[in-house]
Amino acid sequence: MHVLVCGGTGCKASQSHEIVENLKSALVENGLQDEVQVITTGCFGFCEKGPIVKMMPDNTFYTQVKPEDARTIVEEHIIKGRKVTNLLYTDPETNEHVSDSKHMGFYKKQVRIALRNCGFIDPENIEEFISRDGYAALGKCLTELKPEDVIQEIKLSGLRGRGGGGFPTGLKWEIASKNHADQKYVVCNADEGDPGAFMDRSIMEGDPHTIVEAMAICGYAIGATKGLVYIRAEYPLAIERLQIAIKQAREYGLLGTNILGSGFDFDIELRYGAGAFVCGEETALIHSMEGKRGEPTFKPPFPAVSGYLGKPTNVNNVETFANIPVIINRGADWFNKIGTEKSKGTKVFALAGQINNVGLIEVPMGITLREVIYEIGGGIKDGKEFKAVQTGGPSGGCLTTKHLDTPIDYDNLIAAGSMMGSGGMVVMDETSCMVSIAKFYLEFTCEESCGKCSPCRIGNKRLCEMLTKISKGNGTMEDLYELRNLAAVIKDTALCGLGQTSPNPVLSTLDNFWDEYVEHVVDKKCRAGVCKSLMRYEIDQSKCVGCTACARNCPVNAIKGEKKMPHTIDTEVCIKCGACIERCKFGAISIK
Amino acid sequence: MTKVKSLADLKAMREKFQSNLDVREKGDIQDEIVQVKVAMATCGIASGAKQLMEYMMEKAEALKIRAVFTQTDCMGHCQLEPTIEVKVPGRDPLVFGHVDNKKADEIFEKYIVNNEMVEGVIPVNREVIDK
Repeated sequence: MHVLVCGGTGCKASQSHEIVENLKSALVENGLQDEVQVITTGCFGFCEKGPIVKMMPDNTFYTQVKPEDARTIVEEHIIKGRKVTNLLYTDPETNEHVSDSKHMGFYKKQVRIALRNCGFIDPENIEEFISRDGYAALGKCLTELKPEDVIQEIKLSGLRGRGGGGFPTGLKWEIASKNHADQKYVVCNADEGDPGAFMDRSIMEGDPHTIVEAMAICGYAIGATKGLVYIRAEYPLAIERLQIAIKQAREYGLLGTNILGSGFDFDIELRYGAGAFVCGEETALIHSMEGKRGEPTFKPPFPAVSGYLGKPTNVNNVETFANIPVIINRGADWFNKIGTEKSKGTKVFALAGQINNVGLIEVPMGITLREVIYEIGGGIKDGKEFKAVQTGGPSGGCLTTKHLDTPIDYDNLIAAGSMMGSGGMVVMDETSCMVSIAKFYLEFTCEESCGKCSPCRIGNKRLCEMLTKISKGNGTMEDLYELRNLAAVIKDTALCGLGQTSPNPVLSTLDNFWDEYVEHVVDKKCRAGVCKSLMRYEIDQSKCVGCTACARNCPVNAIKGEKKMPHTIDTEVCIKCGACIERCKFGAISIK
Repeated sequence: MTKVKSLADLKAMREKFQSNLDVREKGDIQDEIVQVKVAMATCGIASGAKQLMEYMMEKAEALKIRAVFTQTDCMGHCQLEPTIEVKVPGRDPLVFGHVDNKKADEIFEKYIVNNEMVEGVIPVNREVIDK
């Protein structure tokens, strides 16, 4: 019997390590340590209900397990064969306990390719990876396929870059392979920077050997012998597991010289980034690795021609690499049957925001937003109304109810004014103010802009100022038109991908939520109640009993009134902190 | 540490390690393979359910039947222990009582392999033990 415990960053933060310890000691106490194995795995994806403990082979899925539950699991489930019902997932619709993850809405529609080993194997154990066909794809390439056959297979598969741009991976490899040089490089872009995105981190934490294997395959295909992983230092667990994986691969002779007796040499090193968003752009990333400032440069020359240290360099994202071994093992024909006409395969999304099942999912391309949000995501939190979903991070846009039935793929998302991005999906309900959302992303790009070109450095700053003005209630209709003009100029003139896409959150919210912008500037109202300057606190004179609780807790003494008489708020003085609402037991204070 | 020097080495290594993951892989596809649940409450264990389970695991291996064995709580037929529930893909689950090694042979060879009926089925008033 195997007990799988999630050891991803999320579950680790909720004491999954203690759960493992407690399970092991409870097993020892009962003399079962030889019969039952406890394995720490990567992320199961169902982070909302973490930490997850999965029992095999009966496939029982325990959620929100606490360290003290470990003993119960051993004594009840393992010894007596009884399921611990209070730890089972409860289906929100039927209110019934679901013990098998396959019957949970969250997993039903998922197709796991990039995440195939996450939550299944021990990421720190190369043997488990090998027994899941690990390094078999590398072996197949080195012994049966010529480099051009490998590239052809990837081209046929229709795989496109999962980092956001969607550039055909096979083509990228082909260009790099055709540029001859004494040294070429394979780079894995693990600089995941979108707010709310954690796909790449989870793959590296849950299945690091896949990245090692795929980079070696890429090296063989394009004729490179050195691989570099550019990873942000904020991902300590992913770094640790990658280091372990690289070390094990070297020990097994799967990295190094003369791999599998084929004469092919390949090795991988890690390069740490300081967590600058712009370094996810490939030219900036390469400069950062060279020890220079993380600033993008104009393309061409593309990295495939002149990249790291001026040598041909192929840069792919973590998730792109995670698909490679499967394509080689199962064939391009198998892969390109999944997905839509122009977007093949699956995509991993990080569901976040006001959604019931926050977590990591992998779905076939062409699935609709409705399926993702309502069937997999379990709908909006607290039964609220869906308002928008932000995809593509700071470079993407907001999609609304009218896009719910659009099949998700690269081209449809661009047509809808957003983009695939690396796969962050932030779901918003009626309490989100779209002006504030646009402002949030603009603040992010302002902070992350490298400052090299003026459209991005100055233009975004101006956009952000205008949005602030609008949210403070000082905006005019002219500002709204100016927003659109300036956004268009930045889009056309900025140097790199960051600048060119940074106005997208503004443009897409202007397109989809024009009424809300107009309300902010004309009626001076924020319907979601987010923009503080547009809010007014009021005490309902008929409900107030004059208990003075609000007045005593107001930090700026804005509330006046005699004891046992209705109070009033001086809106000039009020700082809208909300302390009074929290204190009022009579529900007399409201936001207008 | 043995180095992997060739594709053949890698394949051999894969074979060697595969059994480590067998339990998990079977769990993942349990609806597609034979599932055997063994009632293992006090009554079951006292009647030899543990030894029976081990015997059946060996039997399945010998017959090359991919099966997943799980233990379960008392099925409520304490006088008929050991009891097992057998679910073959595409057929309704059946519960057998008084299963000893001989009966287990019969269940595996006749019922599971050839879909022949075997004596000793307990009529149950529920479809599966737990959902």
